[in-house]
Amino acid sequence: MSGPNTDFDPVEVAALQPEEVESARDEALAAVAAARDLAELKQVRIDHTGDRSPLALANREIGALPPQARKDAGQRVGQARGAVSKALGERQAVLEAEHEERMLVEETVDVTLPTDRRRRGGRHPITLQSELIADIFVAMGWEIAEGPVVEAEWLNFDALNLGPDHPARTMQDTFWTEPAERHVVLRTQTSPVQARTMLTRTPPIYVACPGRVFRTDEYDATHSPMFHQVEGLVVDEGITMAHLKGSLDHLAAQLFGEGIDTRFRPSYFPFTEPSAEVDVRCFVCRGVDSDACRTCRGEGWIEWGGCGVVNPRVLVACGVDPERYAGFAFGMGIDRSFMFRHSLEDLRPLFEGDVRFSSAFGTEI
Amino acid sequence: MKAPKSWILDYVDVPEGTTTEELTARLTATGLKLEAIESAGADISGPLVVGRVLTRDPEPQKNGKTINWCTVDVGDANGTGEPQGIVCGAHNFEAGDLVVVVLPGGVLPGGFEISARKTYGHVSAGMICSARELGLGEDHDGIIVLPEGAGEPGQDVRGILGLDEEVIELEVNPDRAYGLSLRGIARDVALSVPGASGFRDPALRDTPPADDGGHPVRVEDPTGCPVFVARTVTGFDPAAPTPEFISQRITAGGMRPISLAVDVTNYVMLETGRPIHGYDADKVQGTVVVRRAAAGEKVTTLDGTVRTLAAEDLVVCDDSGPIGLGGVMGGESTEISESTTRVLVESAHWDAVSMFRTGRRHKITSEAGKRNERGADPTICEAAADRVVELLTTYGGATAEPGVTVVGTPPRPPTIRMALDLPARVSGLAVDADTVVRHLEANGCTVDVEGDTLTATPPPWRPDITDPHDLVEEVVRLVGYDTIPSVLPPAPGGRGLTRPQQLRRRIGRTLAGAGWVEVVDFPFVGQGDLDALGLSADDPRRSLLRLSNPLSTEAPAMTTTLLPALLRTAGRNVGLGTSSVAVFETATVTLPHTSEPAPILPVDRRPSDDELATLESALPAQPLHLGLVATGEAEPAGWWGAGRAVAWSDAVEAVRTVADALGLELEVRPASLAPWHPGRCAELRLGDVVVGHAGELHPQVCATFGLPPRSVAAEADLDVLIEHAVHLRPATVFSTYPAAKEDVAVVVDESVPAADVEAALRDGAPELLESIRLFDVYRSEQLGEGRKSLAFALRFRAPDRTLTEQETGAARDAAVALAAERCGAVQR
Repeated sequence: MSGPNTDFDPVEVAALQPEEVESARDEALAAVAAARDLAELKQVRIDHTGDRSPLALANREIGALPPQARKDAGQRVGQARGAVSKALGERQAVLEAEHEERMLVEETVDVTLPTDRRRRGGRHPITLQSELIADIFVAMGWEIAEGPVVEAEWLNFDALNLGPDHPARTMQDTFWTEPAERHVVLRTQTSPVQARTMLTRTPPIYVACPGRVFRTDEYDATHSPMFHQVEGLVVDEGITMAHLKGSLDHLAAQLFGEGIDTRFRPSYFPFTEPSAEVDVRCFVCRGVDSDACRTCRGEGWIEWGGCGVVNPRVLVACGVDPERYAGFAFGMGIDRSFMFRHSLEDLRPLFEGDVRFSSAFGTEI
Repeated sequence: MKAPKSWILDYVDVPEGTTTEELTARLTATGLKLEAIESAGADISGPLVVGRVLTRDPEPQKNGKTINWCTVDVGDANGTGEPQGIVCGAHNFEAGDLVVVVLPGGVLPGGFEISARKTYGHVSAGMICSARELGLGEDHDGIIVLPEGAGEPGQDVRGILGLDEEVIELEVNPDRAYGLSLRGIARDVALSVPGASGFRDPALRDTPPADDGGHPVRVEDPTGCPVFVARTVTGFDPAAPTPEFISQRITAGGMRPISLAVDVTNYVMLETGRPIHGYDADKVQGTVVVRRAAAGEKVTTLDGTVRTLAAEDLVVCDDSGPIGLGGVMGGESTEISESTTRVLVESAHWDAVSMFRTGRRHKITSEAGKRNERGADPTICEAAADRVVELLTTYGGATAEPGVTVVGTPPRPPTIRMALDLPARVSGLAVDADTVVRHLEANGCTVDVEGDTLTATPPPWRPDITDPHDLVEEVVRLVGYDTIPSVLPPAPGGRGLTRPQQLRRRIGRTLAGAGWVEVVDFPFVGQGDLDALGLSADDPRRSLLRLSNPLSTEAPAMTTTLLPALLRTAGRNVGLGTSSVAVFETATVTLPHTSEPAPILPVDRRPSDDELATLESALPAQPLHLGLVATGEAEPAGWWGAGRAVAWSDAVEAVRTVADALGLELEVRPASLAPWHPGRCAELRLGDVVVGHAGELHPQVCATFGLPPRSVAAEADLDVLIEHAVHLRPATVFSTYPAAKEDVAVVVDESVPAADVEAALRDGAPELLESIRLFDVYRSEQLGEGRKSLAFALRFRAPDRTLTEQETGAARDAAVALAAERCGAVQR
């Protein structure tokens, strides 16, 4: 290092010679350009801009120059350092970008690996079907009514115009609880819920009652001692069979698709008079060229349930004035509706708890 | 009810070209629903022809049997015109007889294919048929011998045998008992088929007047038996064959031909709907008496069963005592036999309710009972008896005895008042007064109109019509159910799903979201199932509501717990190869609490609230339960590393998750209850109420149900949870000041539940402690036998300031101090 230039003579300092400065700058720029990664660039930064780099040393020599020479040399060194610093910055950005890109490539995984770390749950399709049906009624402004499955004989039969000697009692094979004199049964239908509703509410009544019911049927592909029904009950002023037809047509269209309607055939149920069987138009063939249709077996229609005008005797037993109010009621199997809606020919999978069966339906049907 | 089409058309004319499908479609549309159209010969194919036996050579065989080697003229039916050689084992025919021959290539019922085959030293090219082989009845005593002139050899025999007959099977509802007769079906055809005309009532006949010359009859219970008609024929030939048309028609009707006398009564029953009973008149001793039985009296019915009678049963008696269960089944002692030459014909009307009760009491289902308990036409007893007499004299060589016994008079049908506009108001159809009257009269009602009201008397074959609404149905069925318009009723604004309904859905979704699969099981259980759970003898879950008529003796009661069925379901899944199973069910269980009866209340008024309350209190409690069972892996092993086996904590967590979804926090306590592992059972509490249990199953229970060890289960009362579910949760505003975190490890005795320590820590710093979480449980020799270290992460925060180190430390020390005081915890 030179000593202080006390006499202010322009002293020739080698490091500040323009050639030297340019050479140092060019070397630095070349090194920057040659740096292949961020680590090399870091070394370049130290070598060419660090305290012991030629340009830094040169910079330090400026103070030794006489004042008239400082400006010139300062400018020269400053420009050189600026150029190097700029090049470093640019190279830094380029290398960082390259680095990032390479990292992303190197971090590639096989996204087709299985991801099922958590068990998949599912709800039972009959639950889902019941909720879907309930939602259709709720959307119509109806409410969902419920009652117990172990039920009083009076509510399951007598209140519904099925007296003890009614021949229709033999139509239903009832589970009786012990002893029979206690008059407690497993409900054979969800109709006692209708009776309960009329006994506890005043018209207008618009309710649907989904639930489990029991009959002493041996368990096979089409029978089960326990199955699910949904019944509807409307009690209001001026209710007619046309309203019954309208409600069932609406339910059919909502459940099976636009344009699916119902037809009535005369039938007999003690709690309704007049009574009808209700068929729903086959939603697969729609009644057109039905012969080959597996869903309706060539009928064009599928037996769906029973319905009718609430027998005034039932209204009386349930405390509704038959002079003022009229009602209609209907009922159909939820399991059965599910079976033809989802092409299931044997009902037993519904009750055998194979998790593969329920899981397939997830949480929505 | 099965009705041959040709029989229906004996009584009504339909337009030329009306197909069976069209006819039955109309019957269905008006209330007699088509079940099936059967063709009697539908399962017979190939050549089935008339044959004339040319030669019949009996050939005794080594096995002791004699066969007949026959040649039979089958015309050109065999393609050659040559006689057909056939071996026949029957002997009831001679050369020259006309018989029924099925030729090779034919197929008989049961898929029995006929081919030429070598047998008994001959080539038998076909078969001479019996009635049974053709599906025409049970008669297999010999082959069918056709009457001379029945047809020409080679002619197709189907028409002659009625095998081309279409049989219409109809579903007859209890209100249309008339549909159990050809008379009633034909009447509905006349009413419903367009262009049908000329209904000819088979019960409309001139009958001889009643007199005192018939068999003496005394009816002691005219309510139970309002009409009793008795006729007698004599000189009956018990060997007289039943004419083909009768045996064919009753066979088509689903009844078995037995003998002429019996077949005739069945024929007339099908024809008129009026059950008839025939007695061997020579076996009837003295006056026929109809009365209620004395309790304990006995009668042997036709089916050979000795019936012990109840005081309500109606019996027909003679001097010897009861000789039949009136209207339900005849007795053995006076049964018509192969030697009967005098027949006493009973045509009686019986009280329908009595018939129903007697049939049910003695578990008898008979064709007669079926009609009598639904109600037959009481006005045609004489006509029906007369028709039987006619057939017995015509085909059985009998002579009618002159006497005609008629006791009683038919009950009068009710008169029903109805507003003329009721059919329109009920149906929503524009039905005018004229239409109403016309259709009621077409149904057989006598109608009087006065102002805007009519009075109708239903016809005697319609005992079901008692109310104005019954009349409405008769009008609307003829107007046509298919004309009813479709109008959606405008419901008032509904309240949507109730809160419990919403919450039940939420519970199901929560569990499904947590990986549990819902199943549906039957609610039947037996003590054996409860034994399998290891329940103690006095466990309240053993108190079952039993069924009188269970399907299985192993599960004769309503269950008190969902676990047996769920455990079986889980075991079945494991058996099917699904090694990791997590199933749940939500269903009611039945907890009997009373033996009081549920009264049969009146139906002619609304029962009082007290009466309804009595009814309600007799029903068992039926809380909604959640049950769940899991086995195998909670999380599977995979490329990510090891899996995690299902543990007791998964069962506890499932119920806690459900509670959390309802805004509830459960308190967990150690407990010991079957079917759980006594050291790994958690009692789940909501305040003071135990809502359920969860944990690892007892190893023996796992083994019994075919589940791997360490399977887990839980059961909880959802009604309680739903009842307490948080409805309106106030919003919480959280402090945004910095949190101070402190980890605390305390050492306690092994027996101290972690939940107690946590509660103490929480309670010790009630104001500043924001959250606490146990993150480690540690045991070591250094801690000593029976000691454990519990490490908690505590987070403190103040609502209004940044906590100083001193404040945080003081709060932590207070928390630890309370844990020390309550649980003997020592900070490490």
